[in-house]
Amino acid sequence: MKTICLYFEIHQIVHLRRYRFFDIGTDHYYYDDYANESSISDIAERSYVPALTTLLDMIKSSNGYFKVAFSLSGVGLEQLERYAPQVVELLQEINKTGCCEFLAEPYSHGLSSLANEECFRSDVDRMCKKIKQVFGKTPKVFRNSSLIYSDEIAAQVAAMGFKGVLTEGAKHILGWKSPHYLYHANVNPNLKVLLRDYKLSDDISLRFSNPSWSAYPLMAGTYADWIAQTPAEEEVINIFMELSALGIYQPLSSNILEFFKALPECARERGISFSTPSEVIKNYKSVDAVNVPYPMSWVDEERDISSWLGNTMQREAFNKLYSVGERVLIGLDKRIKQDWDYLQASDNFRFMTTKQNKVGMDRGIYDSPYDAFTNYMNILGDFINRVNALYPVDIDNEELNALLTTIKNQGEEIEALNKELEKIKGVAPAAEEKPKKAPAKKAPAKKAKKAE
Amino acid sequence: MFGWEFPPKIYGGLAVASYGITKGLSLQGDVETTFCLPKPTGEEEKFLKIINMSQVPVVWRDVNYDWIKDRFVGHTAEDYYRFRDHLYADFNYLQGLDDLGCIQFAGGYPSNLHDEINNFSIIAGVLARSEEFDMIHAHDWLTYPAGVHAKMVSGKPLCIHVHATDFDRSRGKVNPTVYSIEKNGMDHADCIMCVSEHTRQTVIHQYHQDPRKCVAMHNAVYPLSQELLDIVPNKNPHEKVVTYLGRITMQKGPEYFVEAAAKVLQRTRNIRFCMAGSGDMMNAMIHLAAERGIADRFHFPGFQKGRQVYEAYKNSDVFVMPSVSEPFGIAPLEAMQCGCPSIISKQSGCGEILDNVIKVDYWDIDALADAMYSVCTNEALYEYLSEEGIKEVDRITWEKVGLRIRECYNQLCGRGYFNNDDYLEAVKDIK
Repeated sequence: MKTICLYFEIHQIVHLRRYRFFDIGTDHYYYDDYANESSISDIAERSYVPALTTLLDMIKSSNGYFKVAFSLSGVGLEQLERYAPQVVELLQEINKTGCCEFLAEPYSHGLSSLANEECFRSDVDRMCKKIKQVFGKTPKVFRNSSLIYSDEIAAQVAAMGFKGVLTEGAKHILGWKSPHYLYHANVNPNLKVLLRDYKLSDDISLRFSNPSWSAYPLMAGTYADWIAQTPAEEEVINIFMELSALGIYQPLSSNILEFFKALPECARERGISFSTPSEVIKNYKSVDAVNVPYPMSWVDEERDISSWLGNTMQREAFNKLYSVGERVLIGLDKRIKQDWDYLQASDNFRFMTTKQNKVGMDRGIYDSPYDAFTNYMNILGDFINRVNALYPVDIDNEELNALLTTIKNQGEEIEALNKELEKIKGVAPAAEEKPKKAPAKKAPAKKAKKAE
Repeated sequence: MFGWEFPPKIYGGLAVASYGITKGLSLQGDVETTFCLPKPTGEEEKFLKIINMSQVPVVWRDVNYDWIKDRFVGHTAEDYYRFRDHLYADFNYLQGLDDLGCIQFAGGYPSNLHDEINNFSIIAGVLARSEEFDMIHAHDWLTYPAGVHAKMVSGKPLCIHVHATDFDRSRGKVNPTVYSIEKNGMDHADCIMCVSEHTRQTVIHQYHQDPRKCVAMHNAVYPLSQELLDIVPNKNPHEKVVTYLGRITMQKGPEYFVEAAAKVLQRTRNIRFCMAGSGDMMNAMIHLAAERGIADRFHFPGFQKGRQVYEAYKNSDVFVMPSVSEPFGIAPLEAMQCGCPSIISKQSGCGEILDNVIKVDYWDIDALADAMYSVCTNEALYEYLSEEGIKEVDRITWEKVGLRIRECYNQLCGRGYFNNDDYLEAVKDIK
């Protein structure tokens, strides 16, 4: 039986503000709150709320026949919680129906998978925790930022215990093969790979409302026919896109939501079911290994990482950022960790691209790649200074880590001893000398705890 | 062609552009150019015919061939007699006629410029009657009256080349005499070549010209000679140098450069600023730099010429051109040829054909300071702009400009009028 695996990405960056080099060292706030609030509430209003309401209705009216998967970036989720909590509530409601799955991805929507294993792992771990906290489920399937995937990344993902991973069904990887099957990673057969059908996905997310497109206007019946007409043994149709495709890239006036509403019924008539990624992995057998020596993604014609790391400026910014990665992870400063998340977002690098793109590019507040680079490097300059100021630079990371662990362990030990002390005090209140000693010891213990 | 400047005598960008255009055309093999100059030096390159306007007669004098044959610079004695056969009015009343019956030009930009422009036009009448040609091409407003006169006499199509307008030079407060000369030239022209879209818009909106006969004809640069390429940069590894090079005058926005420099120097001390060139605002700038307390890091080496210019580019880490209104601005292209990243104002015409430069609004000194600081401190940005800049500027050649101008000529000579839309369609493959 054919099945459609429908997945939406929910991610919005934290917009950086115009940060001049004379702000370095004097101002440590890098964000444009107004732009953040207005863009999030705009997207929520025009896209997320109507789209999610529709998806919820579809699940309810089809009695659970329709299923869908989401992934949220931690950065995007934080913003939604702050500026558009109604979106999170809608997601929770969809979650309650049981017909939806949440996938894991790096918390920052960054490129840590290409830079540093430790950073990548912590990025993903935090996202899993956040999903568990908000939706009560631990994700089993992983998708990287912009579906970046390579064998090396697959090995890391498998080591983290994920069962499956989503990526692009890029032509240069698949060749003659079809994306309509379940595959597995060649480095670890237990890690299943779901490949995006970019033609069917882009038909909705890019072309749906384009009147010069030959298939315009696209009806749900036609679309379901296309899927039904694929060879019978091709059973898994992966349709992945950003949630903002519904409402932003394809305006609501193009009736894209009506198209979606009609889709479950049209699919049912043609014997096509809906599945979440986990169900696909459970119910279908992998046919072959995919071999991806170089990283690929779902972006641009090349489907590679050149739109983030294509030129020397982007690589410089990337290397500078991850040069302090370990320090940030070891460190205990919360604000620095938060800034670290926001600065990692891949969009920051994409603004610096010098590729000639046919599709007009939104560079946000920047009017050129050089402008984007300059602004980002100013911020990064300040950020790196702050990270370096945390601990003396001449202590290397390993030593520092050992020291911090010792402090932490000692803190815990002191606490344990204190408890014991109090117990003893309860038993033998006659002891007078010991409590005197306690406060002196208590102070560092408290500090260590606070810093955590 | 009528021109006012030509290398080796260089007053400004006009000479370089005139040279590039004629050279680009000459490479096509079937375009013969006669270039009329007020006062050539005799050392011009020989790929085109030069007519010395100081030695074209406007009144009849009976002179002996043997006596005059060695006196000509540019054209020959035979040309002189041919011109003398085509006198058209009695100009004996004119002051300063010499024994050949010619009017003397001082050359350059003397104080009696308006008289010189008028005399230039009188002589153009003689030339238009004696020479055979298909097209008239007049460079810059000084030669527009001559172009118009030649058109009136010969009926040949007139193409005028707008290298600058008075709106650029004066930040909007135009000199009415100059404006009227410019406007008259444009009104009579069959084709108006503007050195950028920026200038084209000025011509359309301030001079009320028909957009269909205005065309944006961007300038180009000549590849550097080996001698210039071999200049070894003399850089101090601990210091960066930011350079402004050009006339120090209102049009070029020098005060924005000083203000931005002051902002940069508030944060860092290992950057030096160099304001090369001379001009009417130089003393004011020296005062301003002193007032901002940055005189120890701000230098005025004065007017640079020839090789010195390229040495300055090579020794710089950033070149800045904060022009308030720049019709084209060839300097950033030259800096890029030397591998020096450029920051230009968005109000500069050359920005329309350049990608690997940083563009800021001329008044936004924060952005300007930020950009200068960024190139000086981020090695990756410097290298990217430097390398990609050389590649980009190498693709901008006068040969291509020559082909585009030829397309305009073909339209004008072929069917007698010019249409920008047809032109754009025809040249879309020249990239």
